[in-house]
Amino acid sequence: MVEFALPKNSKITGGKTWPKPAGATETREFRVYRWNPDDGKNPSVDTYYVDTNDCGPMVLDGLIWIKNHIDPSLTFRRSCREGVCGSCAMNIDGQNTLACTRSMHDVKDGAVKINPLPHQPVVKDLVPDLTNFYAQYASVEPWLKTTSPTPQKEWRQTHEDREKLDGLYECILCACCSTSCPSYWWNSDRYLGPAALLQANRWVSDSRDEATGERLDNLEDPFRLYRCHTIMNCAKACPKGLNPAEAIAELKLKMVERQI
Amino acid sequence: MSASDTPKRSMRTPLGRVRNLGAAHSGTSDFWRQRITAVAMTLLMIPGLVIIMMLLGRNQVYAAQTLSSIPVAVILLLFIFASAWHMKIGMQVVIEDYVHNEKLKLTAVMLNNFFSIAVALASTYAILKLSSGV
Repeated sequence: MVEFALPKNSKITGGKTWPKPAGATETREFRVYRWNPDDGKNPSVDTYYVDTNDCGPMVLDGLIWIKNHIDPSLTFRRSCREGVCGSCAMNIDGQNTLACTRSMHDVKDGAVKINPLPHQPVVKDLVPDLTNFYAQYASVEPWLKTTSPTPQKEWRQTHEDREKLDGLYECILCACCSTSCPSYWWNSDRYLGPAALLQANRWVSDSRDEATGERLDNLEDPFRLYRCHTIMNCAKACPKGLNPAEAIAELKLKMVERQI
Repeated sequence: MSASDTPKRSMRTPLGRVRNLGAAHSGTSDFWRQRITAVAMTLLMIPGLVIIMMLLGRNQVYAAQTLSSIPVAVILLLFIFASAWHMKIGMQVVIEDYVHNEKLKLTAVMLNNFFSIAVALASTYAILKLSSGV
């Protein structure tokens, strides 16, 4: 059966409360998940106080401030800090999102609670192991597949056909959607998850691609595709405002279309 | 889940694990049948409920008389057929979602099939028996 409770060594214990920064007039409380693979201890939640007059408005700014001023051992991924790279995806106040685009002022009431993306193995602190997620993306073969001779300049596409990729190509593979999906939590070994399926639909919908049937064959599986029960957490979580559930519904429609 | 809780890892590459046994090339039929039976049940629900309400508190003779009408018997048979099939597909989805032990899963799926068929056949037999007046 699926495990509904955390294993013993993943249960969160009380963490350290770091002192408030000296001389700060306005602070914001951050409660951050900590886990170190080297110390053999259970995960904990540390409490920090960020001097909001000394740092930017986003949650990522707060984390960087903590790392620079309080605790250099705090570990998290970040790169572009403007919602393009998807590195800083984490669970903030119960919602998977990007730390760089979520303002700490949007987190109402009390502390900003930060955890790693749910239901993924943790490498350290807020860094999840996304190996399986990336392999699932690779499995949909996200590149143009053609057998016709390659044109001298480019594969041409009408404006109308190009528009069909809107809402699909913008995905930054941050994994917020897949890790918010209960179906993915229970069956991530066999279910491809919303992100990989949205990407699959991006290539299935591409008028220039010549492997549409082959791609659908690869997805037609009770687990790979049909574990999606249209729960819609993916659409709610997506920090780019995309709708993976709709993309999956389009894939299912195409599956039915080619049979009936 | 911390890294140490990761289910036992093999030496297979991540892509090899994801591809595993390949796509089953099935699932669409069940997906489509689930929708067909859902629509069928929606359509049959009102006449089905009307028939059941008509039979409430009545004796067997009245029930046999009502079910001897071909449209009434057909509506009830279709409702039984659609709901048993829908129940079978829906329950299988739940089993596949939550039961991860392969042997237990296969047993549960098998029992689910037997149960659904038994319910459908028993109901069909009851309707036919009443409608034929035997």
